[in-house]
Amino acid sequence: MTKLEIRSPLPGTFYRASSPETPPFKADGTAVATGDVIGLIEVMKTFQEIASDVSGANIRYLVDNEEPVMAGQVIAEVEQ
Amino acid sequence: MTIQSVLVANRGEIAVRIIRAAKALGIRTVQVYSAADGDMLAVRLADEAINIGSPAPKKSYLNIEAVIDAAKAAGVDAVHPGYGFLSENGDFADAVVAAGMIFIGPSGDAIRLLGDKVAARSVAASAGVPTVPGSDGRVDTLEAARAVVEKTGFPMMIKAAAGGGGRGIRIVQTLADLEQQFPQASAEAAAAFGDGGLYLEKVITRARHVEVQILGDGENVVHCFERECSLQRRRQKVWEEAPAFLLPADIREKLCASAVALARAVKYRGAGTVEYLYDEDAGAFYFIEVNTRIQVEHPVTEMITGIDLVQEMFRVAGGAALSIRQEDVRVSGHAIECRINAEDPARGFMPAPGRIGTLEIPEGEGVRFDTMLYEGYTVPPFYDSLLGKLIVHADTREACLDRLKTALEGLKVEGLATTIPLHLALVDDDNVRRGDYHTRFLETWLETHFALPVTRKVEVA
Repeated sequence: MTKLEIRSPLPGTFYRASSPETPPFKADGTAVATGDVIGLIEVMKTFQEIASDVSGANIRYLVDNEEPVMAGQVIAEVEQ
Repeated sequence: MTIQSVLVANRGEIAVRIIRAAKALGIRTVQVYSAADGDMLAVRLADEAINIGSPAPKKSYLNIEAVIDAAKAAGVDAVHPGYGFLSENGDFADAVVAAGMIFIGPSGDAIRLLGDKVAARSVAASAGVPTVPGSDGRVDTLEAARAVVEKTGFPMMIKAAAGGGGRGIRIVQTLADLEQQFPQASAEAAAAFGDGGLYLEKVITRARHVEVQILGDGENVVHCFERECSLQRRRQKVWEEAPAFLLPADIREKLCASAVALARAVKYRGAGTVEYLYDEDAGAFYFIEVNTRIQVEHPVTEMITGIDLVQEMFRVAGGAALSIRQEDVRVSGHAIECRINAEDPARGFMPAPGRIGTLEIPEGEGVRFDTMLYEGYTVPPFYDSLLGKLIVHADTREACLDRLKTALEGLKVEGLATTIPLHLALVDDDNVRRGDYHTRFLETWLETHFALPVTRKVEVA
């Protein structure tokens, strides 16, 4: 089993859901397909969708909701 | 001057602007900053700086308690809110006063009154200011909405009473549209703003955005003429001019007088802006809203009138009467402001935070650059993308455009993408040169024309 990383393409603030009232894009432990949206990055008051560039099982987020992230920082890991 | 010290409750270029105005008046400056802003220019320039929290605005610049605590700890006399953040928050203005300090702006009550779009429209109407044809206040039922439309016709905007910044607006073209959209708009407004209230306004199809700068001391009000801000993207202004060069003299006079009447009606204190739509075809203007703060584009007014609006805000907040009489306010020449943002116009205006490399700022007669930048500064991703404002002034609009082009060519901000190429393309555009545009011009222009100048710009570079 290998672990694959999903990195943030931009610096900003990370969100796991599209609004505080909606469920997260992905729950911990679920599977992810390439192109699935796994979160949003708020950068300079705009929101950019973060799509997974890998597919795998058992996603584990390494960044909490509403936490600042750097460009290139690993947001989540999936198993393959 | 009763104000000896001020807390600057903002960041970026406006914080720098406020600090410079305060220093010119001999006022001690205290700058608040978030954990992401410790190295910003305003922190370096201020006499004292206080960290008020983490990068997220709601945990720092929007946190009323943190800002008030900092002001108390610093022992300042007054708080200047700048624009954005808490600048139009009536509760913040009240909290500053309750803590024994001066809020540099209108009273909390005036902010709330003018911030409520429906209430502001009523105040404007009762002060004799023309409003966009539409409903008299809120419309609670579809039947009432139908009655409004019978009088004014289509197209019509359904707007959320609690909306703002372009949010909560739907445009309907037919009665069937109205019947379908009205209940949906109400449900959406309730979900988004916690208030399902709606009102109706007729759509002015080829409107220009013209706004009047006013200054009040609580009794007297003067206007400092108007600005033309029709070049907008996503309802955000990108380029502003003063005066509104195509406005006939009689319209200008009525427009400015109506802004003064409105401000007098609420005993306005501070700097404010009354915004209008001007329908060129009909030769009519209509009130839209009041901004109860200093605005991003205030420098174009300063350039044509010679009045320092931020210094004047300090004076009237300190209890002084306006130092300017209406007959002293005169327009000289023409001014244009370009907002320089950290966005890449060639990539759909993708935000571009990052580290500033080489910085070259144009200087000379009639050129001003209000900015937060210095070489080596890292623009954080957590806030607005505005990096600075290039303002030029000349005797005529044509000379101003030429001077602007030279200034834009002399402005180098390396290390990240900026909107300088957009402004270089605009300054050469025939429609812009002729002044032939309206509030929806830029969005269409970007779709159809922008690719060419950008490509050319890249090849030249």
